[in-house]
Amino acid sequence: MYQMLSLQLPLPPTINGFSYCYPKPALWLLHDRYRSSSRNFSRACSSSTLLKYCVHACATPSDVAFEREEVKGTDSSTGIPVDESPSLPAGLRPELMPKHVAVIMDGNVRWARQRKLPSSFGHEAGVRALRELTDLCGKWGINVLTVFAFSTENWIRPKVEVDFLMNLFERVIKEDLNNFMRDDIRISVIGDSTKLPVSLQKMIAEAQQITRNNSRLQLIIAVSYSGQYDIVQACRSIADKVNEGLIQPNDITEAVIEKELETNCTNFPHPDLFIRTSGEQRVSNFLLWQLAYTELVFAQPLWPDFGKADFVDALCSFQQRRRRFGGRDS
Amino acid sequence: MAQELEMENSNEGTLQRLFQRLVAMMSGFLQWLFFTVLSVGPIPNHIAFIMDGNRRYAKSQKLGPGAGHKAGFSSLISILESCYKIGVKYVTVYAFSIDNFKRDPIEVQSIMDLMLEKIDELLKEESIVSSHGIRINFFGNLELLSEPVRMAVAKAMVETAKNTNVVLSVCVAYTSTNEIVHAVQESCREKIAQALLNSKFNCEMRDFERGYNTLSKVDCSITLEDLERHMYLAECPDPDLLIRTSGETRLSNFLLWQTTFCYLHVLDALWPEVSPWWLGWVILHYQRAKPYIDKRMKVL
Repeated sequence: MYQMLSLQLPLPPTINGFSYCYPKPALWLLHDRYRSSSRNFSRACSSSTLLKYCVHACATPSDVAFEREEVKGTDSSTGIPVDESPSLPAGLRPELMPKHVAVIMDGNVRWARQRKLPSSFGHEAGVRALRELTDLCGKWGINVLTVFAFSTENWIRPKVEVDFLMNLFERVIKEDLNNFMRDDIRISVIGDSTKLPVSLQKMIAEAQQITRNNSRLQLIIAVSYSGQYDIVQACRSIADKVNEGLIQPNDITEAVIEKELETNCTNFPHPDLFIRTSGEQRVSNFLLWQLAYTELVFAQPLWPDFGKADFVDALCSFQQRRRRFGGRDS
Repeated sequence: MAQELEMENSNEGTLQRLFQRLVAMMSGFLQWLFFTVLSVGPIPNHIAFIMDGNRRYAKSQKLGPGAGHKAGFSSLISILESCYKIGVKYVTVYAFSIDNFKRDPIEVQSIMDLMLEKIDELLKEESIVSSHGIRINFFGNLELLSEPVRMAVAKAMVETAKNTNVVLSVCVAYTSTNEIVHAVQESCREKIAQALLNSKFNCEMRDFERGYNTLSKVDCSITLEDLERHMYLAECPDPDLLIRTSGETRLSNFLLWQTTFCYLHVLDALWPEVSPWWLGWVILHYQRAKPYIDKRMKVL
């Protein structure tokens, strides 16, 4: 259908984030639509050309994006030049890709309940979704992916579920270690590891050591972590330095605190894009300090259902935003 | 003939005014009805606002410089009034970030001048602050403000200290990371002072002379409670709902510590365009999400 329309309309599709990528209805529902005709700035989804209207009416943006994904150089049907990044979906600009993506993988248990399955099935399905996302991040040039696997608040869940999750983490790290080496992925784990089973602590240390030289993608897994815990432990380290006379209270600055946060294991500690699945619109104590200027995307799908299409939509939404960091546009 | 025309115009004007008054009364009644229905469900105790979009509003309406922020202030008063009617006890607004000092100095100065002007207005007898018993707090690194603004801010806090109905917290020269740094500094100073006091009391003169270098690690360890006690917004409960206008979906270094479990909502409308109806609409969304949030919080 799209190819038929392309042949009929003389306008070439322009390669920019506004042409192909419209956020799915799932993302739009979380904003209240209010259009003022007097406003004169471009909005992400303003549709001005017939081509864009027809594409939007006749296909989902992800369908359109994936039809063109495998074509390199030019589109075989229309002969029109397309984005030359080998694996990036059309419509995503490589220079606007986020360096660090943070994800709250929410919705595993609800996913399982919807299917009348035990929660363990939901967590297993969640692992598959994580593998897919890690693969995509590696291919699309994202430097760091941080995932919220287990919060400090999650310790009060039923013991059976907690034990299952600890075993799951250990099993996944062990099984995927070869894949991490093959795909050049560096593993880092942040959080209060003292509460984790000893075997898992050893597995984590081993995985971090073995993958420490990998550089294509850094996968940071937050286990037994909370943003407030991170800040408190940083402050304790600083208080120790004050105690030892290495620093005066007046010399404590934001940079000093940043160096002590657990995300100092990466060169890109501040996420550019934050995604939370399952429609919940909260940060839930994840990376508090680091999310100061992060673009937030709240996606409706449950985590096991969050796939390539949803990730592309989130990236499209990110690329259409104007980040000012408190300043002004010109 | 001219007299007849004048009478006709006068009649038309009267009719128009009557019609407008009728519409306003109808709107007021419907708004009261809407708020009454809303109050059947859970009302957030504390709402935080990121008042974004003033300049874009001025540009879209082709207004002069500074007019966007003035329109934004009118919107704030309207929203404050609505919060009072709905029963919201705490309102926190992000008026001026430390990052905003990077802007054009003329714009920064005009915002500071507007703040002075509006603080004076609010402290008058006939203002909403007096009629609705609103207490005003200003939080942030107030040392970064000029002397006149600092004095006006201090005056506003003193003169409204006895009001108890609604607490309006205005975050000015504020960022959340700066607030945390301040909390760490104060916590360290408190621990040092406490330990020195203990040393002096125990007559351990050597420790006292050497100063704080001999504090034990336990004495100087900072806890979560220490940090929370020294946060600027320590006297307010955490926000239940955070609303950002103008469609931007980020926190912009606002209340990072306090919004850990807060429901976040983004409105596409620019801040001067936000009306009480929008506030009610967002509260409806909040009421829909609240049962799930409560369930998760109970588990904690």
